[in-house]
Amino acid sequence: MANLFANAPVLSAFEEIGSVGLLFFKTLKNLFRRPREHQTMLQQLEEIGVRSLPVVSLTAAFGGLVFGFQMYVGLHRYIGPGSEAYGGPVITLSLVKELIPILVGLMISGRVGSSMAAEIGTMKITEQIDALHSLGANPIRYLVVPRMLAGFFMMPCLVLYGDFIGILSAYFYNVILMGVNRIVYVQNTLNYLEIWDISTGLIKACVFGVVISIVGCWQGMETEGGAEGVGRATTRTVVISSISILILNFFISKLLPATLKGG
Amino acid sequence: MIRIVDLHKSFGQKEVLRGVDLTVQKGETMVVIGQSGSGKSVLIKHMIGLLKPDSGQIYVDDIDITRLRDDALMRATRKFGMLFQGAALFDSMTVAENVRFGLERYTKLSEEQIQKRVAESLDLVGLKGAECLMPSELSGGMKKRVGLARAIAYQPEIMLYDEPSTGIDPIRADAINDLINKLKCEMGITSVVITHDMVSSYKIADRIAMLYEGKIIEVGTPEEIRSSPNPIIQQFIHGQAEGPIKD
Repeated sequence: MANLFANAPVLSAFEEIGSVGLLFFKTLKNLFRRPREHQTMLQQLEEIGVRSLPVVSLTAAFGGLVFGFQMYVGLHRYIGPGSEAYGGPVITLSLVKELIPILVGLMISGRVGSSMAAEIGTMKITEQIDALHSLGANPIRYLVVPRMLAGFFMMPCLVLYGDFIGILSAYFYNVILMGVNRIVYVQNTLNYLEIWDISTGLIKACVFGVVISIVGCWQGMETEGGAEGVGRATTRTVVISSISILILNFFISKLLPATLKGG
Repeated sequence: MIRIVDLHKSFGQKEVLRGVDLTVQKGETMVVIGQSGSGKSVLIKHMIGLLKPDSGQIYVDDIDITRLRDDALMRATRKFGMLFQGAALFDSMTVAENVRFGLERYTKLSEEQIQKRVAESLDLVGLKGAECLMPSELSGGMKKRVGLARAIAYQPEIMLYDEPSTGIDPIRADAINDLINKLKCEMGITSVVITHDMVSSYKIADRIAMLYEGKIIEVGTPEEIRSSPNPIIQQFIHGQAEGPIKD
């Protein structure tokens, strides 16, 4: 009976959740302990933040363009010509609260999460993590803490930047390309958009940043079996973190209030 | 002194260590021999706290390191230096950065003292002037020597060597053996070496222990091991295919 359950996929899934949860807990425990790895932290801030700017720019620009385009078509078809200028708030709200955090999260999980898993996985199979330990260094403090902090701080920056590019792209499509009334479009957007809407996206970004780095580091540290194992770890990182982002996004959206204004 | 008492370790259904008992005296070089896959690396990884045993104790200067956790374990392992089989150099760092890694984090040495210690360690392993090279630019033997320099830079009391002569030519292997002996004479380091290279074993060992089927079956000086009546020992040290060891 015990063996029957020992092979059950459900048990294996719980084991994995326990394993990643334990790593997260250990990382929190080591968050403020010395020595602090400032150099590694700076490298990770650059890796996650600066080097992701091109991919975030492209994603946000085309995300904003296509969303602006569909909103224009929708309003034009169902409400009628002239109504397109009222799409501004809906476009902006959807971009800053949902679309940009998710798109940036998925892109960063593909670009950064996989590279974390590959780097740490390679260190694992070449005994570099054991070497860290043998030199008296705590691998979690040296490898995981700087990555998690960098993810936590850089993801909101990227999302904020993505919000700006996305909103600008949607504006460009509607106002510049399609000739929608600029004043009505901008005024409506400013009237309905709250700082809280942007904050919602930034809160999600912080959570996604932590998820991507923890999953990447966890998969890296669990790597076994040479180059094939590293490949498996990178794939699993992208799959697990992408699915986690989509699921968490729904729950965070449901948990956070839609507006901070009364009523 | 290191004292290993009734150490057991299994991975899944596979029982790797089945009650290992071994004592390494202060200042001696203990060589642990055994077939590939006999659990030598598992044993050495327990000594430095990289693996936790299922049962048993490892006393390092009367402190049972199997009971230590996190920072206490990290502090205890700073007594150790370890040379890994593949050298395990940090491949994103230069040779000098590898060697100074532990020094700049866990000692209160000044920058000048660290630079001096790095230069001395590299000089000791015959790699003076290699500070700026990356690990990818080094040969297998050079990597091992940098790994050794990194381990000794910290001036450990105990050195663990995981297959120091594997993967390098006999001349380089002999140079590593000379280094191990030199470290013992000049720095009084206690060493545990795991290998299946008998030429190296005879050259560096004060005592040799044979690990077979998860247990230490014999411990003795190189002479005692050479003249052991145990057929398992005789088959292993003479590298014969026929005998009681079947796989």
